[in-house]
Amino acid sequence: MAKNEMPLWEVFIRPRNGLAHKHCGSVHAADEVMALQAARDVYTRRGEGTSIWVVPSAAIVASDPGQKEENFEPALSKVYRHPTFYDIPDEVGHM
Amino acid sequence: MAVAAEIDRATLTTFLLRLADDHLILGHRLSEWCGHAPLLEEDLAMPNMALDLIGQARALYQYAGEVEGRGRGEDDFAYLRREREYLNCLMVERPNGDFAHTMLRQFWFAAFMHPWWEAIAKGSDATLAAIAEKAVKESAYHIRHAGEWVIRLGDGTEESARRMAGAVEALAPYVGELFESDAVTLAIAEAGIAPEPMTVRSAFDRTVAQVFSEAMLELPEPTWPQGGGRAGRHTEAMGYLLAELQHMQRTYPGAVW
Repeated sequence: MAKNEMPLWEVFIRPRNGLAHKHCGSVHAADEVMALQAARDVYTRRGEGTSIWVVPSAAIVASDPGQKEENFEPALSKVYRHPTFYDIPDEVGHM
Repeated sequence: MAVAAEIDRATLTTFLLRLADDHLILGHRLSEWCGHAPLLEEDLAMPNMALDLIGQARALYQYAGEVEGRGRGEDDFAYLRREREYLNCLMVERPNGDFAHTMLRQFWFAAFMHPWWEAIAKGSDATLAAIAEKAVKESAYHIRHAGEWVIRLGDGTEESARRMAGAVEALAPYVGELFESDAVTLAIAEAGIAPEPMTVRSAFDRTVAQVFSEAMLELPEPTWPQGGGRAGRHTEAMGYLLAELQHMQRTYPGAVW
């Protein structure tokens, strides 16, 4: 089979209304129609979904693992960004 | 039990067994692909469809057992009859052949059943109508899944087009039997349970014409029609299929999970 006749597609499933589509895996398929069918057959067999997105894997732009430190380490020392420094009165209950 | 009053039980039982046998045998054929499909994705898709079909068969066998009233259940019908007692159409028992054969057979059968299930869902038998209502959605997906493959193989490479054309030629003689009419279908239609299969021929033809034109496939010329399945006369392939389907129940009678 020639290269790229069956490219890779990333599959995103929305489990319920109101929730976001979540990445759950990938499928090989010749085009977007077949990719949706394959995603339905592979990833929604146990009632997982109410909506499916498929995206060509080649269309995804990923961060460079080599830049992991400069990307993510600066955030680790800034714990004050977490909203955990407020005293919540008991009467407010669960937030 | 809401059996239409104006139909005798033997006729309704025969009708239910024909439907059930179509679905069991086609489901069994599809299940033979499990672990052997050309793609991982299809290795899940074909058993998915097989399980839809076998689920429909189970509901039909259970109901047939109630209607018949002789204490037979789904396992008795599925595993413990002889070849001549199976009443499925010949198309569903045809060997899988290559993937093109399997997808075309699936497409043709679903294109026939979908409009028929829709009509049966509006019929006078409440139990059968409930089974039909579920099957309508399942068969709609089978048309879509198999139809998209027919299009891509028919309008694909030189080899895929040759194989799909070969499948059309090989399976075309079995299309006519789907629409056969006899005393059973007539009585069922008169009781308002299911219209004569011929009434969904135009819907079938539309579905097939649409997919075939996208697939660059020629509609087959009328060929010498094959029939006999509804009376229990099967092709040579059926005995081998039943040997595999039945051997566990025949070897260990009454075995359960």
